[in-house]
Amino acid sequence: MGSRASTLLREEEIEEIKKETGFSHSQITRLYSRFTSLDKGENGTLREDQVNFRGFMRTLAHFRPIEDNEKNKNPTASEPLNSRTNKLLFAFHLYDLDRDDKISRDELLQVLRMMVGVNISDEQLGSIADRTIQEADTNGDNSISFNEFIKVLEKVDVEQKMSIRFLH
Amino acid sequence: MLILLGLVLGGVVLMASKKQLYQLEPALFFLFLLPTIVGDAGYFMPARLFFDNLGAILTYAVVGTLWNAFCTGFCLYTAKLLGVIDERVQADLMDFLLFGALISAVDPVAVLAVFEEVHVNDTLFIIVFGESLLNDAVTVVLYKVYISFVEVGAENVHTADYFKGVASFLIVSVGGTLVGLVFAIILGFITRFTKKVRIIEPLFVFLLVYLAYLTAELFSLSAILSMTFCGIGANKYVEANISQKSRTTVKYTMKTLASIAETIIFIFLGISAVDKSKWAWDTGLVSCTLVFIFVFRAVGVIGQTWVLNRVRLVPLEKIDQVVMSYGGLRGAVAFALVVLLDGERVKAKDYFVATTIVVVFFTVMFQGLTIKPLVKWLRVPRSTSRKLTINEEIHERAFDHILTAVEDIAGLQGYHHWRDKWEQFDKNYLSKLLLRKSVYRKSELWEAYQKINIRDAISVIDQGGNVLTSARLSLPSMASRASFPEVTNVTNYLRENGSGVCLDLQVIDNVPGAKVEEDTETHHVLAENLYKPRRRYQSHYSRHFMPLGEKERQDREVFQRNMRSRMENFKSTRYKHHKKERSLKKRRGSDTKDDGSDKPRRNVSSQDKDPMLVPVEPQVEKPLDPEKEEDVGITFVARKAETPKQRPKSVPAALDGCQSPSAVSPTLSSEASHLPWKGSVGLPPPCVSVEATKIIPVDLQQAWNQSISSLESISSPPAPAESVHPRVNALSRLGRSRPTSYTPPGSVVGSTSSIGAQVSQGFFHYPEKKKEEEEEEEGSTLQEMQPLMSSLWPPSSLPPLHPPASSGLGSGRTRKPCVYLRSLVIPPPPGGSEPHSRGPTQL
Repeated sequence: MGSRASTLLREEEIEEIKKETGFSHSQITRLYSRFTSLDKGENGTLREDQVNFRGFMRTLAHFRPIEDNEKNKNPTASEPLNSRTNKLLFAFHLYDLDRDDKISRDELLQVLRMMVGVNISDEQLGSIADRTIQEADTNGDNSISFNEFIKVLEKVDVEQKMSIRFLH
Repeated sequence: MLILLGLVLGGVVLMASKKQLYQLEPALFFLFLLPTIVGDAGYFMPARLFFDNLGAILTYAVVGTLWNAFCTGFCLYTAKLLGVIDERVQADLMDFLLFGALISAVDPVAVLAVFEEVHVNDTLFIIVFGESLLNDAVTVVLYKVYISFVEVGAENVHTADYFKGVASFLIVSVGGTLVGLVFAIILGFITRFTKKVRIIEPLFVFLLVYLAYLTAELFSLSAILSMTFCGIGANKYVEANISQKSRTTVKYTMKTLASIAETIIFIFLGISAVDKSKWAWDTGLVSCTLVFIFVFRAVGVIGQTWVLNRVRLVPLEKIDQVVMSYGGLRGAVAFALVVLLDGERVKAKDYFVATTIVVVFFTVMFQGLTIKPLVKWLRVPRSTSRKLTINEEIHERAFDHILTAVEDIAGLQGYHHWRDKWEQFDKNYLSKLLLRKSVYRKSELWEAYQKINIRDAISVIDQGGNVLTSARLSLPSMASRASFPEVTNVTNYLRENGSGVCLDLQVIDNVPGAKVEEDTETHHVLAENLYKPRRRYQSHYSRHFMPLGEKERQDREVFQRNMRSRMENFKSTRYKHHKKERSLKKRRGSDTKDDGSDKPRRNVSSQDKDPMLVPVEPQVEKPLDPEKEEDVGITFVARKAETPKQRPKSVPAALDGCQSPSAVSPTLSSEASHLPWKGSVGLPPPCVSVEATKIIPVDLQQAWNQSISSLESISSPPAPAESVHPRVNALSRLGRSRPTSYTPPGSVVGSTSSIGAQVSQGFFHYPEKKKEEEEEEEGSTLQEMQPLMSSLWPPSSLPPLHPPASSGLGSGRTRKPCVYLRSLVIPPPPGGSEPHSRGPTQL
């Protein structure tokens, strides 16, 4: 696998990924080998969704721990992928299945159902969902927008909770 | 602080008896005082936070303590060699190492005592505190090892012994932990079956936690570790299994005991300090020690943090490090250990004792007192008290799942991976074993949701809302709360769980202040306006003895009240509410027999009241003293005229019927004392009490005080119309006077029941009644009933009201405001059908 990895992943690509996501060289290489091991079909993508390696890295980059020195580099550029906002955006997209930038009650219900298993009835789940929306919704549209989402989680230590230690 | 107090006490004792009577006995300390504090700390330790930072905690505890101990010991020895320390201190390397070991341990008692005043952020606190707990293992091992070395003598120590020391460290720490966990499992298992014996649940908790401590102590393992892990482990299962009351009991008892123990410890420290016979002073030793421990702590912390930051997710800032090194307080554990030294073997014991005392004092007092300004000055992130929100719960869980998935994708066997594995294991095996069946079935998310719901419901009630109407969303969940096992006392539960993580020894509850204010205000309102209760009926009937005094008192009181209100009325120019008062006559049928001719009318009211009225009505009665109130204005001074809460209240005409009879016949004044609906002074009994009064806002209550007379007579009682008319004037006069004596509570009670029961009915014809009364009363003006009326408008029951109201209007004079009202509520024609529609409301 090692030789395959090196042929499929060129240096300049590594550089690009590094710049975009902030991973180190060794991390990228290691993750690439992981990617290929997941990629059974050997066609450069994962599953039918055609997630290529770049997308893979981009997603994983959300979970890097936050670093301070990033801020100094280029304040004008867009935020690095692992900033707090982007982490939250990632989580938001997980809830928001139809990508309309709002978490509706149904979407919330789906996520909740996945999280709690079978012991809770639909009605109870519905009341949890209602309560959640009630707590978060400030503009009264019965769904949670991204800003409301951020506001609700402002006290949560997202930096720690949404970060994984990637080994060097 | 406490130590100062101890010092003073010690000084007093010393002077009194010239002999030291009390001292901190190590046995007492280790057997009784320390376990309480550690037990409390362990039981209420936030487990998630603890394990998240476990790496850091372990590092500091083990490595940090070792570093401190060795360095301090060596440096002190060097100082001795250099001659900085006096020759009198006969100690060599071993002794110094021993001393270093016991003085370098950060003390949980001191840390808790100081840090609970300085609310630093959770991470920082848990690291320092966790370190102070876990370094006990290190301390114990080092202590024992060095003691044995000292006994054996420095010459006889072999290298093998060093390894044995290391091995024993492992045994002590791991063994202690295991003992603790075993007891945690036993405790969880026991509490699973204690459903029938709720009362002794707290006993089990205390017993087993203490047993964990003693068992570990018995085997020379680390007792603190054992107790800590027992507490942490058991907390999750025990809290889920035991009843609400037991939870409260455990929490309060533990905190109380811990506070007591802490106080005693510090006082003893103070007392012991004054005892000159036990220690000897050596400046060099003392100063060196102070300097060294401080320096080495700082160095150690910085060094370890640097290493840790390379692997931590959230690095520890410089500020955190400063606080950590500054917060490394030594305390009573060190003192107890040093006193425990064998004076024969360790010649320099007295010096050590003195030094320890000074060190402890210095760290606790100086560092403890200055840490708060330091924290403020450095702008250390403080802990914010967070209300539990369902959002956070859900999303935090979601994050956990997400992270586990990502870790899995990335092929890492990281922290979350193991955490997830643990949770699976826990769910499948442990929880089945240790949790009660009913609790086991519900997921944690649901439990969290329940807690939040209950908390909100209670806050709604506390603020005077109505749970059913204002919390429609949570109705289904409340209905399905049947499965929630032990919500016996909702208030306690709510208040207790609202505050999240709280490790303070002193802080238990945060009762919202607003509620208290509202309470007192309502209380004052009630106290001012309620009459003392009149006897509704004679409790015992005696032919030969007739209690006479009561009626006079009541009458006098009523008179005073009326006078007072009259004065107020002339002073104030506010709008007065006129709302009908709700009579509470439901079960007074028999009682009203005293009222003579008006009886039949009064009886009416009793039957068709709502069932809801019954519980409410008994004690709060409206004051009613017709004969005294000829010309008193019918004015209800509205206290809070701004925002009357609109609540439709159904007031069956019968209600007024009850009232009107009394108004009708002045001759019945003698029976006034027996009128059922006389108001009562003072707080209504608990059943009606604060809740009831709070539900109805004050102004509304006042507005509800409505003179019966006008209403009933006008509202077309079954009695012939002509009988109404002659009475109208009399009624109006009397009725007018009545309102003055009506107190908010009276209407409160009525309103309460009405609100509780009839949300939709708005029989609201009372304002019109007032109009008659106004003819004689200048000051009274009708409150703009517009908002009220409009709120009542939707209820469909208004139309029936019209007949009664119209008759009143017809018979009374009209005023400008009345016109308005009249237009809204058409009074019924005399002898209208309305009473019939509402049941047997015969007057």
